[in-house]
Amino acid sequence: MSSLIEVRSLVKRFGAKIVLRQLNFHVETGEFVALLGPNGAGKTTFLRILASLARPSLGEVWVAGFRLPQQAAHVRRRLGVVSHQPLLYGDLSAEENLRFYGRMYAVKDLEARIHEVLELVGLVARRRDLVRTFSRGMQQRLAIGRAILHDPDVLLLDEPHTGLDQDACDMLDGVLRQIAGQGRTVVMTSHDLARVEDLASRFDVLTGGRITASQPADGLPRDGLLAFYRQALESQRSLQGATR
Amino acid sequence: MLQKPKLLTVLDVAAIASFLAATGLVFFYAPLERVMGAVQKVFYFHVASGWVGMLSFAVAAVVGVIYLIRKDLKWDSVGVAAVEIGIAFTLINVITGAIWARPIWNTWWTWDPRLTTATIMELVYFAYLMLRSGIEEPERRARFGAVYAIIGFLSVPLTFFSIRLFRTIHPVVIGSNDPGAMGAFDMTPRMTQVFLFSLVAFTIVYFDLLWHRIRLGKLAERVESLRLKLQA
Amino acid sequence: MSGLTPFISAMSAVIWKDLRAEWRSREVISAMLVFALLVILIFNFALDLQPNVRAGISSGVLWVTLAFAGTLGLNRSMAVEKDRGCLDGLLLAPVDRAAIYLGKAFANLLFMLLVALIVLPVYGILYNTNLLIPGLLVVILLGSEGYVAVGTLLSSMAVQARTRDILLPILLFPVAVPVVVSAVKATGGYLAGLGWEEIQPWFTLLVVYDVIFTSVAFMVFDSVVEE
Repeated sequence: MSSLIEVRSLVKRFGAKIVLRQLNFHVETGEFVALLGPNGAGKTTFLRILASLARPSLGEVWVAGFRLPQQAAHVRRRLGVVSHQPLLYGDLSAEENLRFYGRMYAVKDLEARIHEVLELVGLVARRRDLVRTFSRGMQQRLAIGRAILHDPDVLLLDEPHTGLDQDACDMLDGVLRQIAGQGRTVVMTSHDLARVEDLASRFDVLTGGRITASQPADGLPRDGLLAFYRQALESQRSLQGATR
Repeated sequence: MLQKPKLLTVLDVAAIASFLAATGLVFFYAPLERVMGAVQKVFYFHVASGWVGMLSFAVAAVVGVIYLIRKDLKWDSVGVAAVEIGIAFTLINVITGAIWARPIWNTWWTWDPRLTTATIMELVYFAYLMLRSGIEEPERRARFGAVYAIIGFLSVPLTFFSIRLFRTIHPVVIGSNDPGAMGAFDMTPRMTQVFLFSLVAFTIVYFDLLWHRIRLGKLAERVESLRLKLQA
Repeated sequence: MSGLTPFISAMSAVIWKDLRAEWRSREVISAMLVFALLVILIFNFALDLQPNVRAGISSGVLWVTLAFAGTLGLNRSMAVEKDRGCLDGLLLAPVDRAAIYLGKAFANLLFMLLVALIVLPVYGILYNTNLLIPGLLVVILLGSEGYVAVGTLLSSMAVQARTRDILLPILLFPVAVPVVVSAVKATGGYLAGLGWEEIQPWFTLLVVYDVIFTSVAFMVFDSVVEE
């Protein structure tokens, strides 16, 4: 198993509705993969399966050498997840939230690590403030802090820029670059093509329940992402049209 | 296509036949009870439906455990069927209990352990249906149903003991020779025969209905998936 | 057992988290308390309770109050997790889900006991009844434990359904009958000054219920929270 994340013939159904069909996907260590696709394509479902929050109906999912869902407990230790909900307790302060998650993840030298993380996401000054007083941008930054607290190998982000203004997005991107630069592997879903273009090392398109196009950042011309994305959606549409 | 299996048709015939036979036995073969008279004959179907009600909930609980282990949705459809039919038979049990109670104790309702427990059991299973109706996803619905069926079934004996400790005026039918217990009576051999036959008849009817209900569930699922295919 | 320390560590992390968050807002406790006192008030008029009220009625009123207030607490405790997606946060942690169950259940128990601790003296003053009998306090503990054990499991199901708020009482009350009946009778027994031989069967029922249902809930909690 050479890839850090390996997905083969993944099928996910909810009752009679099939959301992911025979999806194949792989990520090497250190890659930053942007997962693009229209709403309802199944990006969130896919990310939840990778995060061990949902079970595959059929197929194989391997993360860091462990099989999901059977070895989910081992995988969770190595995963950091940021979803569009902050996963933070409003009535606790920033550092109390981190302390709680730190204990759940059995993080060593917790206090030092908390300080380190707060510095990284630029929230040291607000460490004692209750999270419900935070703006959405600050909550997202803290959420990322929570996600990397236990030093995971893999970071999964589900549309983290949602609801953030320009400044907050820029701050978030700064944090993301720093984290990714530390050798972590990142899979991020997004609608914001402009932002993602500067961050990711590879772009995959998920439509019709599977990955239909993949493009490394190297081979892409400047501002070429939009064209690539449109092209991918077009060919998928015509493919679906042809099979009817 | 789901053809109706031959065995099911045989079961249908057996169910109808045994039910008619049981009714005949109750009215023409079983003796008239000394003290209570004709109303005592309710007893045969009252206990039989109570027995089937309990059996059905036990089935739902067992099938729930199997589902949680195997995660095969077909066990869930058995569970739903068992609960629905259990609700119906328990209702018959409670109503026939009231019919029996009225002339004997001069009241429609008695807070005695068996009746109260049966009613609470009924409420548990209504709650089961309400829980299921609040959940869209089939797999989650099945899981929750299974868990609640298990919890519900486990609570029933404890409910019974707690209420029995609380108070008792229900007739102790099987075996007690105490003439002081109002409404109690000894069973003559004929009565015993009719009683056992009714139990068997109701059990056959139960499995017949269960099978039909499971088939109904399967057909409904097929319709649903065909509809989704058409929509896609 | 190498897995025990992280298990207990996770469980206590959850308990502390719930206690600390509640301490900040005090929403749940105050809602439970106000509700409990309102229920006692309503019972006062509905049953026309006299100052020296009978033991049987006192215990009934008490337990109905605790049961209803308890439902409030159970609902809120799980709603907090569900609404901000925090349940996912808990499920992502590399800990046994059963530790999460025990943590939540224990926190819920503490809340219910706290409410009982305040309601008992208040009721005692209003109706000139001494409720601070040691045996009675044990009954409160055992009864609350059973109620909360099942309630925590059922509220984690109810919170995921559409009809979440009304669903919990509908699910909980029928299966909680043995606890409530036993707790009421045992409490009434102590208030009426009955001997141990008469109260003991109720104690047995309470303990049996607590053991069975806490174990079952512990075992099936995982199935209920996973997707």
